[in-house]
Amino acid sequence: MAEAALSATETKTRRSLFAGNALPIAIFLLFALVPLFAAFRAEAYVLSLVTRVMIFAIAALALDLLIGYGALVSFGHAAFIGLGAYAVGILASHGINDALISLPAALALSGLFALATGIVCLRTKGVYFIMITLAFGQMAYFTASSLAPYGGDDGLTVRMRSTFAGLPVFANDRALYYICLIALLGAYLLCRTLVASRFGRVYRGARDNPLRMGTIGFDVYRFQLVAYVIAGMLGGLSGFLLANAAEFVSPAYMSWQRSGELLIMVIFGGIGTLNGAIIGAAAFLLAEEWLSGITEHWKVIFGPLLVVVALFARGGLIGVAERLRRMVRG
Amino acid sequence: MAEAVLRIQNLTKNFGGLRVTDDVTLDVMPGELHAVIGPNGAGKTTLINQISGLLAPDAGTILFAGEDVTNVPVAARAQRGLARSFQITSILPRFSVLENVALAVQARRGTSFRFFGHAADEEVLNAPAMAALAQVGLAERADALAGELSHGEKRALELAIALAMEPKLLLLDEPMAGTGHDETERLVAVLHSLKGRFPMVLVEHDMTAVFALADRISVLIYGRILASGPPAQVRADPQVVTAYLGEEME
Repeated sequence: MAEAALSATETKTRRSLFAGNALPIAIFLLFALVPLFAAFRAEAYVLSLVTRVMIFAIAALALDLLIGYGALVSFGHAAFIGLGAYAVGILASHGINDALISLPAALALSGLFALATGIVCLRTKGVYFIMITLAFGQMAYFTASSLAPYGGDDGLTVRMRSTFAGLPVFANDRALYYICLIALLGAYLLCRTLVASRFGRVYRGARDNPLRMGTIGFDVYRFQLVAYVIAGMLGGLSGFLLANAAEFVSPAYMSWQRSGELLIMVIFGGIGTLNGAIIGAAAFLLAEEWLSGITEHWKVIFGPLLVVVALFARGGLIGVAERLRRMVRG
Repeated sequence: MAEAVLRIQNLTKNFGGLRVTDDVTLDVMPGELHAVIGPNGAGKTTLINQISGLLAPDAGTILFAGEDVTNVPVAARAQRGLARSFQITSILPRFSVLENVALAVQARRGTSFRFFGHAADEEVLNAPAMAALAQVGLAERADALAGELSHGEKRALELAIALAMEPKLLLLDEPMAGTGHDETERLVAVLHSLKGRFPMVLVEHDMTAVFALADRISVLIYGRILASGPPAQVRADPQVVTAYLGEEME
């Protein structure tokens, strides 16, 4: 009896292990193979587009960590991308190009900003949390806009991509592509490990029932603050890569529209799945690219499309796929 | 005389103009089951909320294990061994039954700022959690989603979570609320098995259960303690009979 029960749970975990991994393996394989296909036509264009997808996927992952696993709906997450990017841009304008300096600087700056603002934001709940993260995001945006020595409103050109210990590893588009892929894979694995860990279990518990978590002895605020800093640093990583890919840094990276786009990516893909954040970022950026190629007024098509997804595709693309699979299986 | 596990002195709480806790003084001795009874709106849950730290009293002190915890936050009180169940079931519905309890174990064992390793597979957390589930008769439902349990099973889960905290005191706010006859009997049997091992404050409307379990009963009416003493004495108290028991005992 007990043996039967044991083997039953074992099969269950084995099946769920497979079910949990098939999709991400497919996603990352696809990313890894893109440069091979791209070699046949329009290589530079495809590489730069998919590089962008992966960079924003990192930021979307970070946001999903907040929304999907912590119920912390941040409307200011683009600020962290901007901070990471400005760390690269400002250091580069002073002749410091090495990633050994600019990457830690980007992570430290975004992490510190997350810590300082998180201490305040996390004391609020629900709509107030959304408002206050938006306010801090706009604060970062206006600060960047007023940085006259670094281009102000116009932003600033990064004349040279980062080096690594003096080697120009970021210079080649294909190399940059794979660096972004490795960064995305690292961010994805970090998030997956995090949510399953002791820490993540408390953090997820606080999403579902903070009162219960408090009465069994967890000060949930501390857990949420740590998660907020981690998500901020992942945003900073995304910004570091974006500055290198675009070779340009602009206050627009931090605007509230950008934060809204990140939210759309996460919701579009499917909240609280991590896979969904990557798929959502890809779907959003590719749809934007495709539609803007058709017409200048692409937002007229894109807007209603989002409404349809919000109305009919609960759980985002991942949710739709999940339901289709269940229908096929009967 | 042994020192009380819990000693509440002159506790007072107002909601606006309404005095919901009125100069309450009460203690719980080691191993004792102290029941608090009274009509709806007497302030029983408000009292439990003040003891567990969800509400701050306006006046008075709460001593727990010899320490003044009146201003200690909820989580820190739980860390000191103050466990509670809720009148309205408060669990993590999206987590498995086992994980609900394992989290309570985790709160007391080692650090939770551990970012690697699969928490759900940690035997050091799951084994004590299974033991707590076995005590309330839920071991077979360990893998079920907590949200899918029956009402009675959820009540038992609340109890298992509290037990897994290795508590120095259990605060049970109507553990039998809303359960059917059979489930009530099962829960009473569980409480019987816990009696003596943990000091308990039991708030309950089921008078049969209260008189069967309690070592001492305090009757709360309009926030005041009307009478306090062994069950036989409380049952015989004419004031209590007029104010409360008369209707309940028929």
